[in-house]
Amino acid sequence: MSTEEKKNEAGYGTTGHVWDGLEEWNNPLPRWWVWTFYATCLWGLIYTIAYPAWPLVDRATAGFLGYSTRAEVAEQIAEVDAQNADLRTALAEADLTMISDNADLQNYAVQGGAAVFRANCSQCHGSGAAGVQAAGYPNLLDDDWLWGGTIDEIAYTITHGIRNEQSPDSHWSEMPAYGRDEILGEDEIGQVVHYVLQISGQEHDAAKATPGAELFLNECSGCHMENGMGDPTQGAPNLTDAIWLYGGTEETLTETITNARFGVMPAWSEEWRAAGGLDQAEINAVAAYVHQLGGGQ
Amino acid sequence: MWNAIKLVVLGLIVLFAALAANWGRDLAYQVHAIIILAVAGGLFVWTLRHVGDERVPVNQMEYMDGVIRAGVVATAFWGVVGFLAGVFIAFQLAFPVLNFDWAQGYMNFGRLRPLHTSAVIFAFGGNALLCTSFYIVQRTSAARLWGGNLAWFVFWGYQLFIVLAATGYLLGATQSKEYAEPEWYVDLWITVVWVAYLLVFAGTLMKRKEPHIYVANWFLLSFIITVAMLHLVNNLTIPVSIWGSKSVIVWAGVQDAMTQWWYGHNAVGFFLTAGFLGMMYYFVPKQAERPVFSYKLSIIHFWALIFLYIWAGPHHLHYTALPDWASTLGMVFSVVLWMPSWGGMINGLMTLSGAWDKLRTDPIIRMMVISIGFYGMSTFEGPMMSIRAVNSLSHYTDWTIGHVHSGALGWNGMITFGCLYFLVPKLWNRERLYSLAMVNWHFWLATIGIVLYAASMWVTGIMEGLMWREVDAQGFLVNSFADTVAAKFPMYVVRGLGGVLYLTGAIIMCYNLWMTVRAQPKTSDAPAMAPAE
Repeated sequence: MSTEEKKNEAGYGTTGHVWDGLEEWNNPLPRWWVWTFYATCLWGLIYTIAYPAWPLVDRATAGFLGYSTRAEVAEQIAEVDAQNADLRTALAEADLTMISDNADLQNYAVQGGAAVFRANCSQCHGSGAAGVQAAGYPNLLDDDWLWGGTIDEIAYTITHGIRNEQSPDSHWSEMPAYGRDEILGEDEIGQVVHYVLQISGQEHDAAKATPGAELFLNECSGCHMENGMGDPTQGAPNLTDAIWLYGGTEETLTETITNARFGVMPAWSEEWRAAGGLDQAEINAVAAYVHQLGGGQ
Repeated sequence: MWNAIKLVVLGLIVLFAALAANWGRDLAYQVHAIIILAVAGGLFVWTLRHVGDERVPVNQMEYMDGVIRAGVVATAFWGVVGFLAGVFIAFQLAFPVLNFDWAQGYMNFGRLRPLHTSAVIFAFGGNALLCTSFYIVQRTSAARLWGGNLAWFVFWGYQLFIVLAATGYLLGATQSKEYAEPEWYVDLWITVVWVAYLLVFAGTLMKRKEPHIYVANWFLLSFIITVAMLHLVNNLTIPVSIWGSKSVIVWAGVQDAMTQWWYGHNAVGFFLTAGFLGMMYYFVPKQAERPVFSYKLSIIHFWALIFLYIWAGPHHLHYTALPDWASTLGMVFSVVLWMPSWGGMINGLMTLSGAWDKLRTDPIIRMMVISIGFYGMSTFEGPMMSIRAVNSLSHYTDWTIGHVHSGALGWNGMITFGCLYFLVPKLWNRERLYSLAMVNWHFWLATIGIVLYAASMWVTGIMEGLMWREVDAQGFLVNSFADTVAAKFPMYVVRGLGGVLYLTGAIIMCYNLWMTVRAQPKTSDAPAMAPAE
């Protein structure tokens, strides 16, 4: 087929090649396309000189703007920290019970505390602070507190922890292992168990619970009190509610009385913790966060 | 002799597959062994029964169109399967109850999502590329496909790959690499099939009767070669056991991430862009009956496109462990890629200059034009989203999902539909399509579906991006992740409805194509091979 005479409106012919009836015009490149392409290339060249871009042997060009994404993040964090510096000082020095009176400070404490909690506390107490039921990690959402639920008591627990050897002031108390140390016989332990089942409102054997009451008065009421409602100054749990740190069934209660329990929480203050400890503002923040979760006193 | 070799090889495969089914360490591997056992066993029996059959001589002056007809059917079938999976998982996101308890571990979103992406990209898109490239390379080379039945091996081998990949996902065999999920033995198999594909395509080009190679074939060849390279590098793994599906990728950490997105981005660049541009360069001028707008533009944008695309992958990893320099280069090359991408759009659209009236009368042209329009839109949106500052808002949000789908549904889907409408009457020697009105319905349903999809994803994407970064006066995040999920609900429903419209259009297309073959009168003469010009 001859294509010599074939011309389009712009006066251009075809290339002269034909494939299966297909031809191609010899139209030039659209000017705007060429210039936009050149412009993006030029922009790209300048941009790669300005920013870290071209790989060399053992590093890459850093760009004359000295930009880095990591530095940018650090800058943004420093900016916010500087903006919040006064709040942070105020929080570190605050009378904890007064924090909630200042809306700004309360927001800073609770939001910041939530972040500290997610990073440091959630491993045991859960990301939602509900603990791990029957495994010794207390739920922080309810109003049942082993060592006290006022904001100051919570802050103390966070600072010094429980039954650890880091802080000399950590909470300390130890339940005797009544079975293992042969303080009570197996039958007697069974009786105490049924008494505890009784006072916690569960199904029990009354014939065992009655002598169990006597044993409880002699052996347990020193810490758990005569009414079984516990004593937060000794970390002795309330046995009359439905909240159990290690489980409230006959089996787990028997295990608890026989071998006792020894739950440990680290001291979080930087004073007792060389790496990863919390400063006073952070401790106050977590305390404020935990206190407002639902059960704070 | 040839039959004897085939029987021995098939027999060995049957034996090995039987051992693998017995000793397999996981369900996916065992199921795959049984599938391979059945296929190889069937082929063994078939070969045995046909030993000694007289070979029917093949007319070398005729195009090999049977495999293309099969490819057209497979494209339409897998398209509907893939769209259906997409609609279902879209509603799973809107209504989590659709992650049925009884189907946990098989049909929950996590298992179905790669099934959807692989079904639409590799099964639908891949079959479309296979059959159109076989069609194009024969016509523009004036030569029959090289390699005899090798083309049939490519076709059936590819279908086997699809079945192995899909069943593997449902049964939990995955490399956890996006668009490269199939495990090691499936990777090896597709490598064999792909090399055969390259041989058929390149062999046909080599024996062409035309002095020059048509532009569509440049794009198709670059697609075949580059996808092979990407696949091999990204899937370098060491199987834990020859009797199990699990394997360990040789790359680690950020190198693995970079290799993955070098692959992932160029899967888009070469599979869904270069390959489909090859389709466009043949079928648009064919349907418009006009010469391609500019030969010069086709050369420049081809080389610019394939040179630049390969660098753009790091824009998937902005603000990660990836070094800043790689991130910058990924962004710059993505932005520079804008015009080379648009070169294809210009060449497609301007080919219609002087024939714009066809937009009114020819719904197939309309389909092709809107696909080029969506191509232009998503190749502008992509470079824009690769800019670090934009990406910090858009990344990980539904905006990305919307971007991908305006490209996939708009460009890849619509151009494929146009090609199928073009091909079916030609391949089955029918005078015309069964119904142009139905093509029109398909066009509008699909277009409105895409608009609903893209618009709803822009809204949710930008909304969740803004919600994620929203901080109060003291710098604390305001919203939890669950807040953003709850806020997206209405748009998730809209997105699902867009998918329903798109799927409905595709089903109408299948009916139309079916009736074209069933009920339309035959053309008088079979098409002969075009003489070299």
